Amino acid sequence: MKQQAVPVKQRKQRTRLQETWRRFIKNKWALSGMALLLFLALTAIGAGFVAPEGIDDQQLTRRFSPPSRENLMGTDHLGRDMLSRIIHGSRLSLSIGFITTTIGLLVGGTLGAIAGYYGGREDQIIMRFMDVILAIPGFIFAVALVTALGPNLTNLMIAVGVNSIPYFARIIRSSVMSVKENEYIEAARAIGSSDAWIITKHVVPNSFAPILVQATLYIGDTIIIAAGLSFLGLGAQPPLPEWGAMLSGGRQYLRDAWWMATFPGIAIMITVLAFNLVGDGLRDALDPRLKR
Amino acid sequence: MQSPLVEVKNLQKIFNTKQGSLFAVDGVDLHIDQGETLGLVGESGCGKSTTGRLLVRLLKADSGEVLFQGTDIQSLTRKQMKLFARKAQIVFQDPFSSLDPRMSVYEIIAEPLMVHRLLSRGKEMRKKVESLMDYAGIARRYMNSFPHELDGGRRQRVGIARALALDPVFLVLDEPVSALDVSIQAQILNLFEDLQRELKLTYLFIAHDLSVVKHISERIAVMYMGQIAELGRGHEVISRPLHPYSEALVSAIPRIRKHPEKQRIILEGDVPSPIDPPQICRFYGRCFLRQDQCRQPIPLKEVEPGRFVRCIVRQQGSSS
Repeated sequence: MKQQAVPVKQRKQRTRLQETWRRFIKNKWALSGMALLLFLALTAIGAGFVAPEGIDDQQLTRRFSPPSRENLMGTDHLGRDMLSRIIHGSRLSLSIGFITTTIGLLVGGTLGAIAGYYGGREDQIIMRFMDVILAIPGFIFAVALVTALGPNLTNLMIAVGVNSIPYFARIIRSSVMSVKENEYIEAARAIGSSDAWIITKHVVPNSFAPILVQATLYIGDTIIIAAGLSFLGLGAQPPLPEWGAMLSGGRQYLRDAWWMATFPGIAIMITVLAFNLVGDGLRDALDPRLKR
Repeated sequence: MQSPLVEVKNLQKIFNTKQGSLFAVDGVDLHIDQGETLGLVGESGCGKSTTGRLLVRLLKADSGEVLFQGTDIQSLTRKQMKLFARKAQIVFQDPFSSLDPRMSVYEIIAEPLMVHRLLSRGKEMRKKVESLMDYAGIARRYMNSFPHELDGGRRQRVGIARALALDPVFLVLDEPVSALDVSIQAQILNLFEDLQRELKLTYLFIAHDLSVVKHISERIAVMYMGQIAELGRGHEVISRPLHPYSEALVSAIPRIRKHPEKQRIILEGDVPSPIDPPQICRFYGRCFLRQDQCRQPIPLKEVEPGRFVRCIVRQQGSSS
């Protein structure tokens, strides 16, 4: 066998994943977003241990106490500890974010991949249907769905998830369309692969990066939409400590007990910010051309 | 004489574009014998790659037949196509875009085996991949490398190992060396010759210049605008081209010795549009032999045994 001398740099080679990670941690904003997310996730998981009280421990004697040493974020109109409720609420908000985005990603992703891969009639049927959903303002569509299904947390997640289907279908369709033009797709067909094999083994892995970024950014959006619906009374029902619902409950006491609306609002803001920071950081790390 | 491995009859492929019908392949007839290499030469856009893809059924022809071991591959069902893929494979031109960037060398070479479930994953498959890498001349230590870590020559060797994975009898080589450095081209060409001898392969070797093809091919077909302009034994086509277009191609082969009597033929004009071409000799507009009688469809005619040419002037010249 003829072999040329191999340069010594061989050892320094990194996989794509390592390269992406290296670029990601160099980005301070992304890293702080990641830290925030980690913190939120840990409090959500360990809510039972971290929170000083339960979600519905009413003590009417301490109604409307302002933030103090005992109740760091004060108490609400039923004398429940705000901090404990917000900590428990992080579970709800995070799971709403993840579950709805997963619904959108799975359903929208499958539809988008089919539309983008086959094109033609399949594409027309699927994407026109998505256009119909997109033509209705997202929030109003979700309101209509929840109202029709009945206001509770499950239906809220379904509504927000359905709402995000066309969004993911579009992103995945366009990224599949660009990936399938590559010659390695033709090479996969030449060895006799089925369409399902090509889509799962070649198209999806190669169009995954932009989708991951969009999904991360979208989690923040779904949390806002879900909080908005809860604010309107269409999502989590009392006594569930959903942040949007707490915000809405605090609104009527805003003059006397500012802490009741402010802290849930801040919690929503921080969570969404964390997801957006991570999403932006991922985008830059996965596609170095976008940055500088 | 045994029947040819591949027989192509009046093959036609038309792409519908906004401007009209593009006659990419327009009535190609040829055959490839077991164990031989047929060189297919022509300039960019003449339909040679389309022909290659039609022969491995990556594209479906609009009319005509491709007989592979006697059966028409146009009418294959999905299942039969999968079996056909085990006999006929293709090596692509650009080893930079034809390998999935997210797969390791091992995965790329093993993929055909996995798709066809030929071997159980694990030791058996690893052994097979190793032997394929040996055949294609890539060191085994590259097994876990990714395509972007390899140079063009090694990438192309990965493409070759992958094409060999299913033990095919027929390979379409679609300009397999034109994306490579000249120094590596010769290595890869030698590899193809070695593989042919060892594995008794049959090749359709597609290239855009004769100098690459002339060493490796027994017979050469020159294509121009979707049609075969000339077909014959390699050395005959090169030493005595009949079609004016092949004459121009031959004169473009760089030579070391000066041939004062042989002038480089520079063709005037550009290739006419292959969209709805007029029904006259395709080469009419650029030909230095053109006459009034060329303004009609010219058939491909056998002027000597095994020697075909699509030029009415030369057909008359050799018969008289």
